[in-house]
Amino acid sequence: MADEQNSAADETNRRDFLYLATGAFAAIGAANIAWPLIHQMNPDASVKALASIEVDLSAIETGQSITVTWRGKPVFIRRRTAGEIADARTVADADLPDPQNDAERVQKDEWLVMVGICTHLGCVPLGQAGDFNGWFCPCHGSHYDTSGRIRKGPAPKNLEIPSYEFVGDSRIKIG
Amino acid sequence: MSGESTYNPSNGFSKWMDSRLPILRLAHDSFIDYPTPKNLNYWWTFGGILTFCLVTQIITGIILAMHYTPHVDFAFNSVEHIMRNVNYGWLIRYIHANGASMFFLAVYIHIFRGLYYGSYKAPREVLWILGVIIYLLMMAAAFLGYVLPWGQMSLWGATVITNLFGAIPLIGENVAIWLWGGYSIDNPTLNRFFSLHYLIPFLIFGVVILHIWALHVPGNNNPVGISVKGKQDTVPFHPYYTVKDGFALTVFIILFAYFIFFAPNVLGHADNYIQANPLVTPAHIVPEWYLLPFYAILRAVPDKLGGVALMFGAILILFLLPWLDTSKVRSARYRPLFRQFYALLVLDCLLLGYLGAQPAEGIYIVLARIGTVYYFAHFLVVLPVLGIVEKPKAVPESISEPILGAQPAE
Repeated sequence: MADEQNSAADETNRRDFLYLATGAFAAIGAANIAWPLIHQMNPDASVKALASIEVDLSAIETGQSITVTWRGKPVFIRRRTAGEIADARTVADADLPDPQNDAERVQKDEWLVMVGICTHLGCVPLGQAGDFNGWFCPCHGSHYDTSGRIRKGPAPKNLEIPSYEFVGDSRIKIG
Repeated sequence: MSGESTYNPSNGFSKWMDSRLPILRLAHDSFIDYPTPKNLNYWWTFGGILTFCLVTQIITGIILAMHYTPHVDFAFNSVEHIMRNVNYGWLIRYIHANGASMFFLAVYIHIFRGLYYGSYKAPREVLWILGVIIYLLMMAAAFLGYVLPWGQMSLWGATVITNLFGAIPLIGENVAIWLWGGYSIDNPTLNRFFSLHYLIPFLIFGVVILHIWALHVPGNNNPVGISVKGKQDTVPFHPYYTVKDGFALTVFIILFAYFIFFAPNVLGHADNYIQANPLVTPAHIVPEWYLLPFYAILRAVPDKLGGVALMFGAILILFLLPWLDTSKVRSARYRPLFRQFYALLVLDCLLLGYLGAQPAEGIYIVLARIGTVYYFAHFLVVLPVLGIVEKPKAVPESISEPILGAQPAE
């Protein structure tokens, strides 16, 4: 039997198979144990439960904005003036860093609803400020226009539009 | 340089212990009769000072954790509770908060000492890499700790830093949500940051042990930068360097105490005494002073991913330093050209630190770009080329020679 083992020393034998199978089994086991330890840090059930809100818009006059909290983030709701809408519509899309037509960003021309978080590093931009009279992020100097599109500065994208729907003439549901 | 052990157990207990767990022998050989180059100057005292800083932060931190509440509704008030109600709470918190600044002050001097005297070169590459790991862990601990008081700068500093991870292509957004435990920085985030802030100092402690181990294999570098040739070049660590380190530490503590008792908030930001508000960003977000150069690099790049990559790159490049510097001569004393570029690097880091605190506009951005370009050029272009083109001055034969003059060969 010793002779047999010696002659087979260079070939794959049963011991190699057991060695690899044991290692693979241990690796799969370790990965299975690791996943709960990692996944526990993801949003929990109580955080996910706060996923949608309804907002009454009837008190907002033309040219006014409100900020509501949705999933812990500010959401800007602005009733735009005719001038702001016109400004947003006259820009050629191709000139924008993140080309998007104003019409794609609103459901009703007057109402602009977007997540008030700068797409650069997450600060809350200031309203009706900056070079384009839209939003301006004081942290690192990103300028957004009256449609919330990035025009100048380090932010890579337009302000995010959350999923929302009108549930009446002057009521929306965000999320 | 880890030579023969000179430990002699003096009594029955130490003899008994020595044959079971020779920990007293280890301490004796490492910190008492450890042969140390006899020409170390005061720039070499910062290792001891840093050990003091680490122990101070751990002790005050453990005490603060006894009174602090890691919850978004209570954190801010619990810090005020520490300041107003807890016996000597104000003192312990001011030691901890200013201790972080002192820790970074000391580590920057320690790092720049290593840069000047070539302490990263063979055979000390692993020692240097462990040091860079400690520095990274320190930055993580400082960032996490700054979030805990839950002031405006805590929240918005954390927002900016965690969003850096969002710049990673494809998985970035999920990584950010995973770090937050939600869709923005909130209670789950504060909770886990507290947990990790408590963990990291002990990781640092572990790496410090490795750092000292890696130091004691090749032994200390020294201002002349040439290797120790024998016993005539060294003195025992105790009492020569315990006393020298002790004196430097005392002077350092005077500065530390000045900040604690006379200017405890001068290094912080007033906005952090306003409770965190997720709907209002402060007009001007700045990190603590010790992170400003990296913040300047981040903002100098007009592209999100690019800025993040360069900012982390500015630290990661230090890992490669032992191989980027092609010069065989360690100490800058014998490298006339390197000294000029070294001075330029120091000025560049100070400039970037200043720019990191300024608004991101106009001339400040232009200067930050110039500073960023030089920072990387120093490591990627200047150091590799300098080792080839520079003609170093004559390096002395022994550690004694620059002091005693050339001596006849034995």
